[in-house]
Amino acid sequence: MAIDFPRIPLGQWIEGGLDWLTSEYSVVTRGISRVTQTGIDGLNDALMWLPEWGLMAILAAICWRVANLRLAIGAVAGLAVIWNLGLWNPMIETLTLVVIATLVAVTIAIPVGITAALSERLYRGIMPVLDFMQTMPAFVYLIPAIPFFGIGSVSAIFATVIFSMPPAIRFTTLGIRQVPVELIEAADAYGATRRQKLLKVQLPMSLPTVMAGINQTIMLALSMVVIAAMIGADGLGSEVWRAIQRLRPGDGFEAGIAVVILAMLLDRLTQSLRKQRKS
Amino acid sequence: MNENRNVKIRVRNLSKVFGSHPKKALELRNQGLKRPEIFEKTGQTLGLSHIDFDVYEGELLVIMGLSGSGKSTLIRCLNRLIEPTEGEIVIDGEDIPQLDTRALLECRRRHFSMVFQNFALFPHRTVQQNAEFGLEIRGVPAEERGKTARHALKQVGLEGWEDAYPNQLSGGMQQRVGLARALANDASVLLMDEAFSALDPLIRGDMQQELLELQNRMQKTTVFITHDLDEALTIGDRIILLKDGEIVQIGTPEEILTRPADDYVRRFIEGVDKSRILTAEHAMRPLRATAREGEGPRTVLRRMREHNLDSIYVTGHDRRLLGLLEVDAAQKAAQQAQDTIREAMTQDFRRVTPEEPMHNLFAMFSAKGFPIAVVDDDQRLLGVVVKGAVLDELAQAAEAAPMADADNDTAAAGEQ
Repeated sequence: MAIDFPRIPLGQWIEGGLDWLTSEYSVVTRGISRVTQTGIDGLNDALMWLPEWGLMAILAAICWRVANLRLAIGAVAGLAVIWNLGLWNPMIETLTLVVIATLVAVTIAIPVGITAALSERLYRGIMPVLDFMQTMPAFVYLIPAIPFFGIGSVSAIFATVIFSMPPAIRFTTLGIRQVPVELIEAADAYGATRRQKLLKVQLPMSLPTVMAGINQTIMLALSMVVIAAMIGADGLGSEVWRAIQRLRPGDGFEAGIAVVILAMLLDRLTQSLRKQRKS
Repeated sequence: MNENRNVKIRVRNLSKVFGSHPKKALELRNQGLKRPEIFEKTGQTLGLSHIDFDVYEGELLVIMGLSGSGKSTLIRCLNRLIEPTEGEIVIDGEDIPQLDTRALLECRRRHFSMVFQNFALFPHRTVQQNAEFGLEIRGVPAEERGKTARHALKQVGLEGWEDAYPNQLSGGMQQRVGLARALANDASVLLMDEAFSALDPLIRGDMQQELLELQNRMQKTTVFITHDLDEALTIGDRIILLKDGEIVQIGTPEEILTRPADDYVRRFIEGVDKSRILTAEHAMRPLRATAREGEGPRTVLRRMREHNLDSIYVTGHDRRLLGLLEVDAAQKAAQQAQDTIREAMTQDFRRVTPEEPMHNLFAMFSAKGFPIAVVDDDQRLLGVVVKGAVLDELAQAAEAAPMADADNDTAAAGEQ
C-alpha cells in the first residue's frame, strides 16, 4: 500500500524565515548596508583618484618588495593590458569588492577558526556548516542577499563573504591543530596559559597555513564577485554579463582575461607573502 | 652519599589509570589483579600503581624502565602534564594534584623545567628566543631574560649560535638548546624525559658527561628518564627501576648491581653484570702517592695537599702495606708534634687481592669512601680501587656486550 506523503514545504519554511529576518532586522541590515556601501565607495574613489600609472607603480613596488622583480614586471605588464583594453574602471571596482569582501571574511574567519581549533565541540558543529557554505551553488546566496541588502554591491559583498569564508576558517583551524603536540606539551610544561600558548606558539606556527587559507579566500572572493554581477554588482563581472546578453564573445573574453590577470596578480602576491613568512 | 638530605618531592601512592572508568580499575587492582587482567576485564590501562618515592634536594634521580613501563607517565604526573588518578605529589609543601589551574601554572613555572626526547624546540623562534621561553612565560623583563638565556647558552657551549634557528643545528646542538631553555628557567627541579635517547651514541656520551659536570657545579635536583641501564648507571645518584607501572627497585647504582631485587632486575643487569668475571685488577689504579711509616706528619700532610688526597696509604720499606692515614689524624699528629705518623695510622680499611671478583667490591666501600687497597700475597701494595673506577669498568663491559637479547624479550613481556 503506497502512502502518499505530503511534500515537505522546505522552500516555504526557508522563505518564511528569510522574510521574518528581513522585516525584523531591517534596521540591522540597513545599517550594515550603509556602512559597507560607504567602505566600498571610499576605497573605490581612492583607487579611482589615483592615475592609472600611479596605481601601477604602487602595485609594482609592493610586488618587488614582497616578491621579486619578475612579479613586479608581470604586474605592470598585466595591468597595462587591462588599461589598454579600456577595462581599468571595472577592474578597480572588482578589486574593491574583493578587498572589502576578503577583509570582512578574514576578520570573521580567523577568530572562528581559532575557536574551532581549540574547542572540539565547536569544531564538530562548524564543519558541516562549512561544507554547506562551500557546496551550496554560489548563485543561491545571491537570492536572499537582495531582500536583505537590495540590488548592488552590498549584496555582492554579503554573498561573497559567505562563499569565500570557509577556506580561511578551515585553514586556520588546520594550522593550529597541526602544531605538534610535543610543542604544546613543552609550552604547558613551562606553565604557559592558554593565551600565551596561542600567541607565542600556536598562532605563529600556523601562520603559513593561515596565509594559504587567506589566499584561497581571495581567489574564491574574486570568482564570486564576478558572478555577483547578476545582482547588479559593478566591475569586470558586469562586463562579462553584458557580453553574454549581447552575444559578444570578444568582449566577454577581454573581460574574462582581465579577471585572470587580476587573479594571477593577487594569487602570486599573497603566495609570496606566505613564503616570505615561512623562510 | 650523605645521609641527612632534604626531600624535595615526596610521591606517595601515586596511580594512574588510562580510560574512562579509573575507579573500577583501581578496585580490581586493590583485589590484587595485575595490569593485563585489569585491561581484559575493564578495558582500562593501569599506567602506574602505588608509586612511592622521594626525590632528594640536589640529587640526580634516574627512573629507568622499558617501553610500556610507565616511566614517561610518571615524569608527566609530576608536573601534571598527565593527571594522576590518585596519590600525593608534594613539592615544598604543596600537593600538586590538589592545585587549581592557576596554582598549577604557578607551580610549573616555579618548580619545573623540562627537557624532551625530541627536543620540542619552537621552530619559529631563534636559539636565543627558545632559551628565553620559560622566562618570557613568567613575565621576566626582556633585558633580564636575554641576559639569563645568553648565560645558559654559554653554559651548554652554544655561544655564538643565539640567532640561529633550531633547524640549522645538529641533533646534539638542538638538545643543548633544550637544556639551555631548562637551565635559563632556573626552576627548582629539572625533568629530563629520555633527553639523550634520540642522539647518536658518541654525542650521547658527551652529553652525559656534560650533564654530570653541570650537576657537579649546580647541584640541581634532577629527575632523568631513560630506558638505558648503562646511561642510568653512568649518571644516576640513585635509580628507580620501573616495570609494568610498578617500582621494582630503588637504589644506588651499586645496590642495583650488587643486590638486584628480583629476577627481572637480575635479567636486566645481566648484560652489564660482567663483574663476575671482572676482578679488582681491572679497576685497580696506580697510587698517586704513598707515605712511609718513618716520615713526619708535616711532610705527609704536604704530600696529601699536593695530590689533593683525604687519606693516604702507609707502607714499610719493602712496600708492605702497614695502614691508612686520614688527613684529620695527620693534622692532629702534627699539632702534637709527633715525630712519625706511626701512631696516627688506622687499620680501618679494606684490602683485597687482584683476583677479588669485582661484584664483591661494592659492599666494601665504607661511608667515607676510602679507596680499597689491592695487595699481593706478601701484603705488598699494588694499587687502589676507587668507587668510580668500578662503575666505569662495568659500564664499559656493558657497552662491549650490548644487552640486546635481554632487552628484546623483556620488552615483549612488557607489552599488553
